[in-house]
Amino acid sequence: MSGSRLKHHGQFINYDKPIKFTFDGKEYHGFLGDTLASAMIANGKIILARSFKYHRPRGIFSAGPEEPNALVSVRSDGRLEPNSPATTIELYDGLDAYSQNAWPSLSFDIMSINQVFSPLLVAGFYYKTFMGTGQKFWHFCEHFIRRAAGMGKAGLEADPDRYEKSNIFSDVLIIGGGPAGLSAALQAASNGETITLVDENKHFGGSLYEEQGTIDGKNSSSWIEDTLKVLSEYDNVTMMTRTTVYGYFDDNTLGAVERVADHKEQPRKNEPRQRHLKIFAKHVIIATGSLERPIVFAGNDTPGVMLANAALRYANRYGVCVGDNVAIFTNNDDGYNTAHQLRNLGVNVTTVIDVRKKVDQTLITDNNIKYITGNVVTSARGGKALSVIKIAPYDMPTKTIGKEKKIKIDTLLISGGYTPTINLCSQTGTPAVFDNEIQSFIPGPPTRKWEACGAVVGNFTLEEIFIDNKIKNGNKKAIPFALTDIPSSNNSAKKFIDFQHDVSVTDLKIAYTEGFRSVEHLKRYTTLGMAADQGKTSNMNALAIMAELRGVTIPEAGTTRFRAPYKPVALGTLAGRSVGNNYRVIRRTPMHDWHLAHGADMIEAGIWYRPQVYKKNGETITDAYIREATAVRNSVGIVDVTSLGKIDVQGPDAAEFLNRIYANAFLKVPIGKARYGVMLREDGCMFDDGTSWRLSETQFLMTTTTANAANVLSEMERLLTLIWPKLKVHVSSISDQWAGMAVAGPNSRNTLEKVIKDIDFSEEGLPFMGVTDGTINAIPVKVSRLSFSGERAYEVFTATHHGITIWKNIIQAGADFNITPYGTEALGTLRIEKGHISGPELDGRTTMSDVGLGKMASSKKRYVGSVLKERIGLTDKMRKTMVGLISHDYQPLKAGSLVLEGSKNIGHLTSTTYSPALNKYIALALIQDGNTKIGNTVTAVFPLKNEKSSALVVDPHFYDKEGKRLYV
Amino acid sequence: MIIKCPHCGPREASEYTYVGDAKVIRPDHEDNDKDKWNDYVFMRCNPRGKHSEYWQHTSGCRAFLNVIRDTVSHKISNVILAGPWKIEAKK
Repeated sequence: MSGSRLKHHGQFINYDKPIKFTFDGKEYHGFLGDTLASAMIANGKIILARSFKYHRPRGIFSAGPEEPNALVSVRSDGRLEPNSPATTIELYDGLDAYSQNAWPSLSFDIMSINQVFSPLLVAGFYYKTFMGTGQKFWHFCEHFIRRAAGMGKAGLEADPDRYEKSNIFSDVLIIGGGPAGLSAALQAASNGETITLVDENKHFGGSLYEEQGTIDGKNSSSWIEDTLKVLSEYDNVTMMTRTTVYGYFDDNTLGAVERVADHKEQPRKNEPRQRHLKIFAKHVIIATGSLERPIVFAGNDTPGVMLANAALRYANRYGVCVGDNVAIFTNNDDGYNTAHQLRNLGVNVTTVIDVRKKVDQTLITDNNIKYITGNVVTSARGGKALSVIKIAPYDMPTKTIGKEKKIKIDTLLISGGYTPTINLCSQTGTPAVFDNEIQSFIPGPPTRKWEACGAVVGNFTLEEIFIDNKIKNGNKKAIPFALTDIPSSNNSAKKFIDFQHDVSVTDLKIAYTEGFRSVEHLKRYTTLGMAADQGKTSNMNALAIMAELRGVTIPEAGTTRFRAPYKPVALGTLAGRSVGNNYRVIRRTPMHDWHLAHGADMIEAGIWYRPQVYKKNGETITDAYIREATAVRNSVGIVDVTSLGKIDVQGPDAAEFLNRIYANAFLKVPIGKARYGVMLREDGCMFDDGTSWRLSETQFLMTTTTANAANVLSEMERLLTLIWPKLKVHVSSISDQWAGMAVAGPNSRNTLEKVIKDIDFSEEGLPFMGVTDGTINAIPVKVSRLSFSGERAYEVFTATHHGITIWKNIIQAGADFNITPYGTEALGTLRIEKGHISGPELDGRTTMSDVGLGKMASSKKRYVGSVLKERIGLTDKMRKTMVGLISHDYQPLKAGSLVLEGSKNIGHLTSTTYSPALNKYIALALIQDGNTKIGNTVTAVFPLKNEKSSALVVDPHFYDKEGKRLYV
Repeated sequence: MIIKCPHCGPREASEYTYVGDAKVIRPDHEDNDKDKWNDYVFMRCNPRGKHSEYWQHTSGCRAFLNVIRDTVSHKISNVILAGPWKIEAKK
């Protein structure tokens, strides 16, 4: 096969605009309007990739999105996109594309040695060879196998381009702008509904460009032009090309990708490369057309074998001649139409081979073509380029071939009828039904608000589509002669069904022999139809062959349901702008800028950003948190606690409500006092902890952990709405309305006394757990005497917009005591030293008893989780309970390390730190029956880094167990 | 999937949070029977067909809805406000 240009032809080609591009680094030329595939054929190159498993050279097979062979990588660096069908890549000046699956080069591929071993590499080979022999052998081989059998490689650099998302709401969505889609749009446009018409190609018109008949007296090209003009005058019609609907989801929600700038070297400024569209349509018209079906025979994957319709498109649309000496192998009338049109365009079609014995004699019109009926192609040969085919008389009922005869040609076009593209219909759950006339599945009756029209329901001709319009001399309908695989005299030649996944007839036979009957099993065992092309060219042939093996009809063998996506969708397109800093919502506290200005390293805590440490004079993180924690113990520190969840609980039954959701008593919390509470889930495990401050008889201010704020609110709302609707309580989130800071350390009282003149900070005026109101420079603040660090400490809350002012005022007041801002690291150190639990201990599996809070749970009342907390599994003596660990080796301990007693794994480390107060590396750990292990020595191991250290098990309250520091 | 909120109108499922089977009744708060609580927390029917379930409109009005959804087709046949209010979504 040696391609060339057919000057004077090519409806899509602009011969005035030549284009330079490269393939595998070599420069080629094409024209504006070309696809990469058409330009490469014109340059005489049809092998763009090697096959997936056997690394066989494969030629361009189609002219559209069904392409199984010519998958290439386009562009480079961050813009690299692998596995793109060359048949859908629009050429632009400077395009660079690369072959795949070939090493060291496309023409010489070492892995093609796999062909020699191909009798071994059949269906189920990997499972049988590796999976059965034990995991170790598989793990050893997996790396090499995955390398050998692969598609293109993804780029490692970030994509510099932008991807957008948008929504479309439309009364009617028409998918496919071919004859059926365009006529549906014309009909719908005049009734005023909003209509969105999409087509995945650059041009509307679909198969009409190869249609010879006339519509209303116009040839098809002028009819397309006129129709598009009419439609563009309607305000209610939106037309989008280069837009592929890939998924049909619930409630008539469809996913589509618009390739905005894929046909350009780079998107314009602020232009996205692709746009993801979510389309909400009241009614959907599916006019997705059909794809030509190959015929399965020996050597059918030889480069130079191509779909007949594709060759016609290359000639008619791109002015590209696919070969010098062309034969067509057909089983239907459309093959003749293709042959004659190709000759009219100047392609040298010499032979038509038709499997049918009886043929309508009016088809035999061209004296230059040799028509051979009742014959089949039994094999195609030629290695990297087709050179010879063998044909033989064929008897269908007995499946026998007569004497073979050689014909020398360079291109063989195959036409096995058409397969409706029912993918989107099938995605809606509608079972496909078999249409005997066209030997293919068509959509069954819709269960939702969609309808299918045109070739997708088997109406291949213009007469069937345009009922009211006058059609003259339209193309004949392709009614295929039922056919499975064709016998061959050469048993070693492979007959491929699925080119992209290298699945052959032999593989199907093996699967059948091994007992696979259901098409679902067959598909998974052989991987047929599971490649990126979803078996667009292979499914129907596979079903026919499987049905024949089983001795049943095709509808009895059944078909599989298609799933989204119809065509692969890039991850970047699905992500849209949700990348990098926009990946999710970021919340900053009002003190954020102050933190940054004072050397803070910020860290994500849920959706919030919090200071991790404030680095001074080249400190490391460790230096900084040790300094900060020491300052809190020795004088005073201040930490931003704005990220705590805050919920306003109001109503006459507020105390009763909290009493039901906290495990400890809340009914009698006095006004002006806070209480620490633990919430359980309904199943008895710990949910969250925090303090609730009684502000009045009917109002509490509840704080939750940063991470659980949203979940706690939802759970409270659930209980109040669904379980206890009679409780007169209302809850609302006030997390964003309040800024908070904790002032901790022996000098915390002295600091606050300097700025808050209207609060009595004496033991009587503001006792431990007391809550009161005051002002700083006339700004109202709420102050509670709570401590997470174990030192005397106060939490100061104020309106968010005053947060930074209050923060600065307190810092100024604390200057005499060298007040030290501290971050989450020091906060962690201080609470670990005190054995206070936090996120790592509240892992969703622990109970109150596990973390030493068992005695806090009330036995006098029922609360959420109170009954199931007592179930056997949660009260087992061998449960992991919280203990402290002190490193014997003066070595840092790693969170997540396993705890070994001897060689037995008895638990894991949850939180670790260096303790400045103890001058030791310490940790909290959950270990089996921990309370009895105090005083033992255990080993903490971190196998990922091969680290090990010995540690002493101690009470988790490392520091000031009596709590005297609260009153210093 | 689109759920019609009686307050906010038709909204995508991503605005809602699934809360659970609406037919499961929580035992009386004072009930001490572990089996009843076990059934309430862990035991669920898995029907093919219509399923009555709670959804919360977390990214909207935060109301709890009682949704009747077909587990096969995802077709929603009715939505009412859950709890003491019984307002049906406008059809």
